[in-house]
Amino acid sequence: MAEQVQMIALSPTMEEGTILKWNKKVGDTVDTGDILCEVETDKASMEYESAQEGVLLSIILGDGSGAKVGDVIAILGEKGEDISAMEKEIASQSAGKAQSSPAAVEQANPVSPAKEETAAPAKAPVSSITPDQPGTAGSGKSSPLARKLARQKGLDVKQVTGSGPGGRVVKRDVESFVPGTSSVVSMSSAQGYAPAALGDIDIPVTGKRAVIAKRLSESKFSAPHYYVKNSVEMDNLIAARNMLNKEAPSKVSFNAFILKMAAESLKRYPLVNAGWFSDKIVQFGSIDIGIAVDLGNGLITPIVRNVGNKGVVQIDSELKQLIEKAGNNSLKPEEYTGATFTVSNLGSFGVEEFTAIINPPGSAILALGEVKKTPVFDESGNIRAASIMKMTLSCDHRVIDGALGGRFLSELKRTMENPVRVLF
Amino acid sequence: MALITFREALNQAMDEEMARDENVFLLGEEVAEYNGAYKVSKGLLDKYGPHRVIDTPIAELGFTGLAVGAASVGLRPIVEWMTFNFGLLPLDQIINNAAKLRHMSGGQLSVPMVIRGPNGPAEFLSSQHSQSFASYFAHVPGLKVVAVSTPYDGKGLLKSAIRDNNPVVFLEAEMMYGMQGEVPEEEYLLPLDKADVKREGSDVTLITFGKPVHMVLEAAAKLEALGVQAEVIDLISLRPIDEETLYKSVRKTNRAVVVDEAWPIASVGSHVAYLISKNCFDDLDAQVEFVSSEDVPMPYNHTLELAVQPTVEKIVNAAKKVLYLD
Repeated sequence: MAEQVQMIALSPTMEEGTILKWNKKVGDTVDTGDILCEVETDKASMEYESAQEGVLLSIILGDGSGAKVGDVIAILGEKGEDISAMEKEIASQSAGKAQSSPAAVEQANPVSPAKEETAAPAKAPVSSITPDQPGTAGSGKSSPLARKLARQKGLDVKQVTGSGPGGRVVKRDVESFVPGTSSVVSMSSAQGYAPAALGDIDIPVTGKRAVIAKRLSESKFSAPHYYVKNSVEMDNLIAARNMLNKEAPSKVSFNAFILKMAAESLKRYPLVNAGWFSDKIVQFGSIDIGIAVDLGNGLITPIVRNVGNKGVVQIDSELKQLIEKAGNNSLKPEEYTGATFTVSNLGSFGVEEFTAIINPPGSAILALGEVKKTPVFDESGNIRAASIMKMTLSCDHRVIDGALGGRFLSELKRTMENPVRVLF
Repeated sequence: MALITFREALNQAMDEEMARDENVFLLGEEVAEYNGAYKVSKGLLDKYGPHRVIDTPIAELGFTGLAVGAASVGLRPIVEWMTFNFGLLPLDQIINNAAKLRHMSGGQLSVPMVIRGPNGPAEFLSSQHSQSFASYFAHVPGLKVVAVSTPYDGKGLLKSAIRDNNPVVFLEAEMMYGMQGEVPEEEYLLPLDKADVKREGSDVTLITFGKPVHMVLEAAAKLEALGVQAEVIDLISLRPIDEETLYKSVRKTNRAVVVDEAWPIASVGSHVAYLISKNCFDDLDAQVEFVSSEDVPMPYNHTLELAVQPTVEKIVNAAKKVLYLD
């Protein structure tokens, strides 16, 4: 059964994005987690990870197209499936909107390479077909303060792209504006002019950024960090997840399994689930695991409480709610403070391995890299392919000595390689 | 510092001023034998006798007028209205006599009196007895109008109000009389014409007065959890308004939310919002938001009663709006 792939919000404030480049071609098989395309959001260029699977039957909005959140960008289904009715329906829906139609996309493709050559220093592919899309400069509205700041900086406020309601230019837009650029697609580069030299940008440290700076400096400068690493064969865990997902009411995420495995290992090494309080070490009674969530303009670590007593389906549903709340800034303080252990997963960014900064009051944080097919030797010396993930545990030496950190990580590795160990 | 209730702080202020100046006297319904409807005048009859602590008939226009006359010939009356809901009857004495005698006599007469009592919504009192009349008095040239939110402010400001040579309308709140706060043992006075920054912050200015100060401080704490540092200004003086403190703050934060538990039209809050829009125009990064009670008579149904008034959530949402966080 064919299904539509819609543009999703790839940053908390994204309303519309530009598809820079499709990574999949029509006819390619798409698995959950595969990168479908790269999208330029209001914040940054992001990879669109597919939450659906199937064969890519049609690309509705091609490279360089603007797409509002919710717009259909592609169709997935079974090989050879007839999707002409669905395509017609999508075309008739988009005909009413001022969006690029499939016909426009076809015309755009031969044009854009030539444009890219003329816009020499521009790194991002230039959208030549949607100069009037919302988000480009010049909606005309601006706050009085934004106008005053623009005057002081010698800018024409009309050049600045507004992020306020109805495209109103506000203080933050003027402060982050660099002449010759724009946060989406600048008018000048779209017309092929070379942008002016880049100036320094002062980004005021407020709110979230100040909290991140303070808390992580405190952790890194007061807790003596050391790191232990190993590689984990994930094939059994992936198989276990696929098996469970056949029966689960909704698909259980990979991270839910990681949290479950970490909690089971913490039960076996409870001193890793502990915190340093100057005159005492507190071994926490509950296993409350935080997971780092990227907000585009910062990060936050919502916490799943008492993970040790929950199954992956429940962990996953709580995780989904927390991540959704994180995305719309509605987490309550009690939902992100007091993690006894933390997981940070940069695998989706193609990171092989990294070290993370401990998130107090916990004394350890687990940093996960990508899962990658890697040749390994089996017991008889033959090479076979395995899905390898590298993980790094950062420990606070005041609480967790090296041997304990090593034992814990080894336990976690064995549990992940053989998930049935959680039954032991 | 002693931890005392609001009613004790106000009682101390009247007690100290009555001891200090024999021209000061208190009159109102039930203020003497019954020690006051809210026990603010407790013990004063025993201490100062029936000539200086006077139970009046239920006739606000009459006893308020009596006080205006007494003040114009040299005494310093404190008029207690059992509630400002009863203050509509003597409005003529306040607006046409108390506020204007100095002006109309070319400065020959002055009216050193205080009119005090609970103003604003309370609970379960329905439409006629649960409403804020701050703007009725703040509207009138010749009056000073003060709204208090803490026992400390209450005592220091009531003493200053009693010593002031002009009619001072002193707004308390029924829901606050039991509220506790630190008050110094030694004597102190507070200026009648200054706002107070109750909480410092850099991102948005929340402006209010009277009982809602506490709700606004709660909203500021909620905002802090979102990474927003809100500055909270307690106006205190509703006439004259301490514009300097307001503008200094808004010029720092570029954003303002005004909170007033009165109805929205022609309220103190709407006037403050106008002042900021006019005088801080070039410093505003967003429209001034205004959280008031809904434009309806107070419902008796408790759920509706709470729903029509400002809430912490409404204030947080207004702040998020001017910060472009919603």
